[in-house]
Parts: sequence; structure tokens; C-alpha cells
Amino acid sequence: MWEYSDKVREHYKNPKNVGFIENADAIGEAGALACGDKLKIYLKINDKGIIEDAKFQTFGCGSAVASSSILTEMIIGKNIDEVRKITNKDIADALDGLPPEKMHCSVMGHEALEDAFKNYFGDEGNKTQSEDKKIICNCFNVSKEDIIKAIVEKGAKTLDEIKEINYAGGGCARCVPNIKMLLDKYAKKDEKLNPVQFILKINKVLETNVAGELGKDSGGIELVNVEGKDVYVKLTGTCSSCKNATMTLKNFVEAQLREHVDPEINIIEVK
Amino acid sequence: MKLVYLDNNATTKVAPEALEAMLPYLTEEYGNPSSIYDLAHKSNTAIKEAREVMADFLGAGDPKEIIFTSCGSESANTAVKGILEINRNKKHIITTKVEHPCVLNLYKDLEKKGYSVSWIDVDTNGDLDIGQLLESVTPDTALVSVMMANNETGTIYPVDKIAQAVKMQNPETKVFVDGVQAAGKIPLDLKNTKIDMFGISGHKFHAPKGIGALYVKSGTMLSPLIIGGHQERGKRAGTENVPYIVAMAAAAKLAKENMNDELTRVKALRDKLERGILSKIKNAVLNSKSKNRVPNTTNIGFQYVEGELILLHLNDEGICASSGSACTSGSLEPSHVLRAQGVPFTSLHGSIRFSLSRYTTQEDVDYTLEKLPAIIEKIVKISPFQKELKEIFK
Repeated sequence: MWEYSDKVREHYKNPKNVGFIENADAIGEAGALACGDKLKIYLKINDKGIIEDAKFQTFGCGSAVASSSILTEMIIGKNIDEVRKITNKDIADALDGLPPEKMHCSVMGHEALEDAFKNYFGDEGNKTQSEDKKIICNCFNVSKEDIIKAIVEKGAKTLDEIKEINYAGGGCARCVPNIKMLLDKYAKKDEKLNPVQFILKINKVLETNVAGELGKDSGGIELVNVEGKDVYVKLTGTCSSCKNATMTLKNFVEAQLREHVDPEINIIEVK
Repeated sequence: MKLVYLDNNATTKVAPEALEAMLPYLTEEYGNPSSIYDLAHKSNTAIKEAREVMADFLGAGDPKEIIFTSCGSESANTAVKGILEINRNKKHIITTKVEHPCVLNLYKDLEKKGYSVSWIDVDTNGDLDIGQLLESVTPDTALVSVMMANNETGTIYPVDKIAQAVKMQNPETKVFVDGVQAAGKIPLDLKNTKIDMFGISGHKFHAPKGIGALYVKSGTMLSPLIIGGHQERGKRAGTENVPYIVAMAAAAKLAKENMNDELTRVKALRDKLERGILSKIKNAVLNSKSKNRVPNTTNIGFQYVEGELILLHLNDEGICASSGSACTSGSLEPSHVLRAQGVPFTSLHGSIRFSLSRYTTQEDVDYTLEKLPAIIEKIVKISPFQKELKEIFK
């Protein structure tokens, strides 16, 4: 179970300002049923730009309900300009913190509010952001810039590796196609060896790293065949009759090839 | 506060008899079973007897077919990696889309390491596509791996028939069954099946956590996962966990004695709970739709409400259950089992599993049926899908 603060518990148990406002001046939405989170926010705004009333409806987990509830409390009676300065961190702080995996719930409240203002002002109210600062993963609030950093600076090559670095793509997965495009563009491609280069590299490792070691015990090794990632070898000299030969092949020869050539190599002994 | 525990597929309460049986081995009887003196002999005898009880519990032909492990995941890893290591020339595995993560992630890992894996589908009732499974068997198939009972829905898969049919297609293919959710809930008779390996976990049938077993049919070669001493006939090194082995055997004996209660009284309670929820709560839909189910499990989806929120409110009333919702797991992904079954998004995120045990009472079920409707009503009120919900509740 998540560790929720007492504040979070209080707000999901008895959420404040639940419902809708008839003739609302602005309505904002965020999330979708498929993602398991949806929030609708209704605002009553007077001519001085003060939010007189706010109500919400949420389909979502405990922290989604709690962050919606506290958000309405935070904005009622405030001027729109002040309200637009509220960040999702402010929402989480007001709840005495949220578990890191649950931060996307507070982002949703923020998104719905932005949507409501967009609806109120028309598009001009939409804050313009530089392309790189644009949020790609809304669940975890990860920008394009941060994803590119994960790829270029931290060497992430797959979606899973990006998720490990900054969670991007780990929530509702709507942004996954966008992340994949960034991966295609920025990730370093593995230099693919052609079959001949692959065999030559294996042979080189056997000659330089392995043969010498085995030679100390008057043994030797011969490369017999390579099929896919299976490398067939024959032990010669004293190695051929050694009881520990299988151990040597697994623990030493295979480890060397996996480290220096390809991590998926299997060694198979030919008698 | 009252505690109603309806999450027995996650773990179970330790049976008092199991605790009592293990206590001497945590205090006076501390000998290492491998040593030579009388003190050790007592530990050795205890393990021997426990192995016989476990063989009887699983319907094994010979106590030597039982290997003690530390948990269900270890049993699965020992079986799968051990058998693949022996048959290294075969590179194909068949499994299902609805396996427990401990098995599922093992095959995902093997896929990365060069194995090809066929993932078998289930239909909307949760039953397995056996035709697809058998068509997938090739001369290169090293292993077929199917769970006996699904942890989320309780669906029972016909592993006995599957093993038989697989062996007809390719006698060399080995069959591993994850039996974690079946053991203690339905009778087992492994000696009369073609199943090669069967893994179980003690804490799912009232033994403590940290002990499991693997059945390996006589004559099946297995390379050990844990290499070291000669324990467990060389198939699993490490000094035997005597107290927990004794406790698991005591729990297994009890489970076997109470099998009739499980199949009648527990089933009747589960059915009462299920029918009660479906009749009292209008947006409730049954996810456990298969005719073949373990007697203790039901999985019910609540449309347009979210599962974690249901669980949090249940917890406030002292009721423990679990959810296939994305938000309750660290992964933030909704249940792969319910998705494979095609459960729609409208009820996927609001799916709750209730799993009973022989300690569940009539009172527990009545209490849950009293509290749950009000909880769902409360959550429905805050949902943004009022129009859709009005249609359901009209």
C-alpha cells in the first residue's frame, strides 16, 4: 500500500467541493477513462477575476481525489493571476507530499485548471512555452528536454531505460509514441557486426584473452562453429580431459565473450 | 476495529497448528539435518516426514519427487532454468498471457536472451485457447508452462489434459505448472498426470512466508539453480529450513483434511458474496466468468469507479481485498490478466478481487455486503461520468 499522509487520507475520505456548477464560467478536463484517471473542474469567476466557487468530479485513485479536493480549496477566493502561478508541486505540498509514483495525480489537477482557463480566455491565455520545455509525459511531468537528456547524457536506449531514469512513459502510456520518436532520433545505434566481423571478433577474444590463460595449464581452445549467438568450441590439450572443463567454459570463456563481444553469447562444447 | 480478511490469494494467516509444529525447531531441535549425532537426526527425520506429507498433499508417486525451496518464485526459477539448461539445443517456450508476474517476467527475460516464446491467449471468460497452445508445439519446444489456477480470477486451466496433449505432439517437451494458487484449494493427483514439474508456495495455504516446494517427476533431469552442498539430492543446495519445512507440512496436512470444507462451505460463502454484490450494486460486473474456478476467488469490476479508491474505503471499514487497478501496483499498469481477457476500460480500473479461506466466516461476508454498497455509492457520486452512471442505475 502507498504511504499516504493524513492530509491525503482526510481529503479522499471526505472530499471538499464535489459536484458541478450550473452555468459555470469555465470548465476544464484532464485525463481519460482508459488511463484510469479523469478529472473535471467547474469554476465560477466574477468580473474582478476572482474565483468565487469551484467544484470537481474525479474518477481516480485516492491521491487523485485528494489533489482535486485540495486544489478547489486552494483556488476559491483567489484571483486568476494568483491561481495560474500554482504548480503541481504546490498541490502536492499542500497535501504534505505524495508518493513519487503518484505525482501524476496532482499534475492532472493542474492540467484541468489550465484547460479551464484556456476555455475561459480562449487560446490567448495559453502560456507559450519553448519547444524543449514542452511536457511530453503528463503523468510524471517530464519535458522533451529531460527525455533527450536521458537518451543523450545517460545513454538510455529503450523505453524501459527511460522509465527507470525519469518515469516518462510509465503512466498512461499515451506519450509512448512520442518518446519512441525521440529515441529513434537521439539514441545511439548499436554498431551491428556482420557475421564475418562477429566471428573474427570472437576469435580475437579467444586468442588474446582466453588462449593464454588456458595455456598456463597446458590446455588450448579451438573455435569450431558459430550459429547465431551459439559459439561451438573444442577444448584441446589438458583441457580436453579436465573435469572442470564445463566450469571453465561457462565461468571464464563464456563470460569473456559476453563481456567483449555480445552479452547473449552461449558457449557449447564440441567433444 | 473489526478485521475482515478477503485477500487470501495474496497471502494467508498462519494456521495455529503450523506455528505450533515449527516452534520446537526454532528452539530446542536446532540440529543441522546433515550432521551425525542424535540432535541432528531429529531434524533429519522431521524433514523426511515432511517430504512424505508434501508428496501425499500433491499426489506425488514418491517423496523423492519433492524439493523444498524458499518460495513460489524460486520453485518456478528452479524448474524453468533447470530444465532449459539441460535441453540447451531447444529454444522455444510456450506459456500464457495470464501467468503470475514471477513466471511472466522470467519468460520475458528469457526472450531477451534469445529464446522464442509463444504467448497463448484467453477468451472473454478467461479460459485458455488450448487449440492455439497445441498448434504452437514444435520439435524445438523445450517447455510448456501453464499455471493451474489464476491468482486474479481463480480460473482453473486444464493442465492435466494440456500436459497429455503436449506430450502426444512432442514427447521431449517438458511441462511446468505454476500450482501456487491451486495447492490447498483443489485436490491434486500429480502421479496420474504427465506434468513434469509443479511449483507451490506455503504461505498461500496457511504456512509462513519463506517456504515453497517443487515437484519434479522421477526421471526428469534438472540442473540446479542454487549450487553448493548435496541437500535436496543436489537439486537445491543450502541448509534445509527445518522449522518452515515442518510448518508447511503441517499446513498441507490441514489443507488436505479441510479440502471438503473448501469445496463446500468456502465455495458457498464466495458464491453468496458474489451474488450479493452483483444484485445489490448496479454497476458491478463479474470478471471471473469461467465455469472452472477455485472455490475461494471472485473478481468483480465496478464500472466508472477506480479500484484503489474502493480499496482505501474498504480498508477504512477493516476489509482487506485487492485490485487489478493500475494505481495499486508500483508499475501503474492495469491488470494484464483482465486485459488479456478483454475486460473493457469502463470496469478494468475498478476491478476488485475477493479471495476467501477456511477462516472466513458467514459474518465476514455479511459485513462486507453491508459496507460495500455504501462505499460504491459514495465514489459514484464524485465520478465525472454521471451521464453514463445514470444509464446504469436507472
